[in-house]
Amino acid sequence: MSSHIPADLRYTESHEWVRANDDGTVTVGITDHAQHLLGDLVFVEIPEVGRTVAAAESCAVIESVKAASDVFSPADGVIVEVNEALAEDPELINQDPYGEGWLFRLQTTAIPETLLNAAAYEAIIVAEDEDEPSLANPKLAG
Amino acid sequence: MAKRTPLYARHAAQGAKLVDFGGWEMPLHYGSQLDEHHQVRRAAGIFDVSHMTVVDFPDPVSTRALLRYLLANDVARLYPGKALYTCLLNEAGGIIDDLIAYDRGAAGYRLVLNAATREKDLAWIAPLAERFGAVWRERDDLAMLAVQGPEALAKLDAVLGAEVMTAVRALKPFYVLETDDLFIARTGYTGEDGVEILPLATEAPALWERILAADVAPCGLGARDTLRLEAGMNLYGSDMDETTTPLVSGLGWTVAWEPAERDFIGRAALERQRAAGAPQTFVGLVLEARGVLRGHQTVYADDRAIGHTTSGTFSPTLNRAIALARIATGAGERCQVDIRGKRLPARAVKPPFVRRGRTLIA
Repeated sequence: MSSHIPADLRYTESHEWVRANDDGTVTVGITDHAQHLLGDLVFVEIPEVGRTVAAAESCAVIESVKAASDVFSPADGVIVEVNEALAEDPELINQDPYGEGWLFRLQTTAIPETLLNAAAYEAIIVAEDEDEPSLANPKLAG
Repeated sequence: MAKRTPLYARHAAQGAKLVDFGGWEMPLHYGSQLDEHHQVRRAAGIFDVSHMTVVDFPDPVSTRALLRYLLANDVARLYPGKALYTCLLNEAGGIIDDLIAYDRGAAGYRLVLNAATREKDLAWIAPLAERFGAVWRERDDLAMLAVQGPEALAKLDAVLGAEVMTAVRALKPFYVLETDDLFIARTGYTGEDGVEILPLATEAPALWERILAADVAPCGLGARDTLRLEAGMNLYGSDMDETTTPLVSGLGWTVAWEPAERDFIGRAALERQRAAGAPQTFVGLVLEARGVLRGHQTVYADDRAIGHTTSGTFSPTLNRAIALARIATGAGERCQVDIRGKRLPARAVKPPFVRRGRTLIA
């Protein structure tokens, strides 16, 4: 399945995207590939504004009809804004993962060098597609 | 190598997301699980459930004696063209599987069992069948299509023809019609009107295509799970297993206590549990806060753990989280569920949550 991977963003191996803003903050969301794997989203537990988070710390939970998934902070920092619209409309993440479906904005001192560019992220999801998708592990009726 | 149903190529061509289910490569959804759920509640959808295990017993007399000993419900209550839902129990009253038994008159009996339990079910049944002299044969030459939803029968008119559909409409739930080449049962796992059709595997792809052409949406096992949970129907392996009896799984109604002289496997254990009073009760839960209930969450009342959810989901029809749970008998309606360390308020209700498109929960 082909996924949209904007060239101007940075990525994590855990499927978050990171956009550097002019004011020194970064905006964080989950990738198109991630929302495809999760399926229809029905609930988002977003962090509180003002919370201090560490890189790779779980700071949000996204739930689809079938499973809950953690969202990990891409960097050390402080949450300065969250996407309140997701409380009512979690499906914004499915519809527009890089736009209206953003999760939170982080004030960070340094963006880690380890974040991936678009080509490196694409290589990871191509490799994952050949294995079992890590995000989707549904228990099904039968 | 994963097993595939006769419809595998159709699922792949229709863009299904295919996942492993009990060793079978099955469609999870064809784009949106939520859309498929609503389609079944509001119009009609079709599910490929050919992975389920179908076993035929051609001899009615020996099989009747076998099934009366093997199953907690009593096939003596059946007559040709009628089916019943029952548990297959071990000696401790634990549930080996749940299944539907169909009475086919002179053609014997048909059992439809779960897919994931196939090996252990057959290993359990085979020696008992031999003891009763009941021959059996697995029908892996059959496929199984569930067509479900308020418009399911109307859409099937164009596919199966007026004569067959007049007979199907005359069937009450849990009755079956057999034609020369089809077995059509008024059963399902969604809480909606509809049928389950068992065609020959070789004929299933053409039938599937004709039903889709009649404007019935293909639906995956993802929607099947949210539909059955809303309908308050148990899922084997989640809501019940070999360590739980029907009496603590909301399935006491499937146990035929009468006639008292009928001996069936698990009866003594069930009678002891019934006499002592079942320690747990199987209930529905509605979350009264934002969040999603899942299986294996702890349920609290007055700061005391009183049980666990067995399966849970976001209910697309109710637009809130629901679950099935096994909690201490006598607990009240108010409770809390631990979701990632937070105790959120919930309310115990009697399932089902939704039936025939109608919300049954205030």
